[in-house]
Amino acid sequence: MRVLAIDTSNLVLSVAVVEEERVLAEMTTNQQKNHSVRLMDCVSELLDATGTAPEDLSGFGVANGPGSYTGVRIGVASAKSMAWSLNVPVIGVSSLEVIAMNATGFSGLIVPLFDARRGQVYTGCYRSDGMDAVRAQSTEQIILLREWLPLLRDLAQGEPILFLGEDVRLHRETIVQELGNQAQFASPAFNHPRAAHIGYVALRKLQDGGNAHELVPEYLQLAEAEAKWLAQKQAGAVKE
Amino acid sequence: MGDIVMKKTYTSRYEKRIQQKYEAHRESGAPTYILGIETSCDETSAAVIRDGREVLSNVIASQADIHKRFGGVVPEVASRRHVENITLTIEEALTEAGKTLNDIQAIAVTYGPGLVGALLVGVAAAKAISMARGIPLIGVHHIAGHIYANRLVQEMEFPLIALVVSGGHTELVWMKEHGQFEILGETRDDAAGEAYDKVARALNMPYPGGPHIDRLAHEGEANVPLPRSWLEPDSYDFSFSGLKSAVLNTLHNAAQRGETIEPANLAASFQDSVTEVLVEKTIRAARSHGAKQVLLAGGVAANRGLRERLQARCEAEGIPLVIPPFSLCTDNAAMIAAAGFIKYEKGQFEGLDLNGVPSLSLSEQ
Ligand SMILES: [Zn+2]
Repeated sequence: MRVLAIDTSNLVLSVAVVEEERVLAEMTTNQQKNHSVRLMDCVSELLDATGTAPEDLSGFGVANGPGSYTGVRIGVASAKSMAWSLNVPVIGVSSLEVIAMNATGFSGLIVPLFDARRGQVYTGCYRSDGMDAVRAQSTEQIILLREWLPLLRDLAQGEPILFLGEDVRLHRETIVQELGNQAQFASPAFNHPRAAHIGYVALRKLQDGGNAHELVPEYLQLAEAEAKWLAQKQAGAVKE
Repeated sequence: MGDIVMKKTYTSRYEKRIQQKYEAHRESGAPTYILGIETSCDETSAAVIRDGREVLSNVIASQADIHKRFGGVVPEVASRRHVENITLTIEEALTEAGKTLNDIQAIAVTYGPGLVGALLVGVAAAKAISMARGIPLIGVHHIAGHIYANRLVQEMEFPLIALVVSGGHTELVWMKEHGQFEILGETRDDAAGEAYDKVARALNMPYPGGPHIDRLAHEGEANVPLPRSWLEPDSYDFSFSGLKSAVLNTLHNAAQRGETIEPANLAASFQDSVTEVLVEKTIRAARSHGAKQVLLAGGVAANRGLRERLQARCEAEGIPLVIPPFSLCTDNAAMIAAAGFIKYEKGQFEGLDLNGVPSLSLSEQ
């Protein structure tokens, strides 16, 4: 089975074509944020490079957030539309989990994070599950980094905590202040998502369905206007 | 310095498929079915039309109820709904038309102007389906779509003048032939629909306020003096912010004097000012450009006051007026597919690098 996988949820654009035993092609850039312009040309190029007709694909995988709202939407809208038009399944994979998969085999907590401004991060925490997967240890959330770090210390029970993601460098000082050398940092080569990982999660889950219509982004946050409206509603200020 | 010549030997499989499909279809002489996609604001819409004229389906997933609670369209909320609805809406349009993607010759999508996050969803979906199924991709300007809604009602005759009025636009467009647009005038501040919404809010009416003002105006008398914004004598541009301020001042001054102004009369006077300027500039443009037809398009085309006044003036001038039914005046994908058909006939397709362009101009499309 051949699967096409996509991640456009942050600055990285990554596309891969994978089969059970082999990654046939993978392209990743980490510089320009013009995913809307480049994504489908990259897909076209990778399909041609691997001699794959779109009809040869058994399914799609896509990072469905959290991340940049627009970036996540471009990936999800593209993947679900391709999958729907070819009548094959599409599997959404957490954008955080994709990065955590860079550290399969690590013994300790794996903590991917994206900056979410005002001291907050989108984050989750994982443990390696054999050499080919990671298992979530908590739900993914948007949280103040200062509140997150003590929680991680409890979860880690003395084991090392590996922080992953392009934005880790923005927060490295805070992390080290709180966790000392329990905190570990990886080579830059482990900090960006690789679509091939998404391809393998998708391959495992394709049998479960993956209806294109039902695939939606996981923003982990309401739109600002919705959040305000809900708050007002709870305060009894507005009626539905 | 001369231009260089670069020989390129690689053509993508996608480009070859598009070329073959187009040639085969043009040779066959079979009818053309175009799938339209529109997500520029708060309606997720998909449609199938035949030969640029006949609507087979026109599905609109409206978000109006969601945005009502915010008192206007919230871009982030609209974009989120588009992603949720997009493939469902497209599937429904095909099913209703009794077609599958195998029957579709081209996908026409709105790529501007509009809310960038909203546009991107439709553009991403259109490109993805185009790539996956080897179906030619056409980019359509939203206003061109509004104008071509008229072709779904009656054949266009050139030259023509189109007045496009909605919550987002107020444009006077001259067309010499199919696919050629020249903007004669546009609003310098608020769109006409926007002015309606603001005045409606001042009169404590719910969003969107246009239909409420229109209804109220018919119950009142236009006896409150309000300005007409003609701008320079030869200008076809519009300006509605001064009028809006005059309405607010009138209300404010009356309140200070302890008087009440009959809302119906104020609505009638406001509507009178807006429609007089819109209609007179349209008629002047039609006369000076020898128009064989006047088209009214956009959401505000549903406004009874505007329709009646334009109807009367066009009759007096002997210029045929075309107004599409309400369902084709508000944002919909059938009009996008209709405009796309003109580009299909010329073989004007977009590459997979098509982007959403929030401030796309009509003349460069
Ligand atoms: Zn419109």
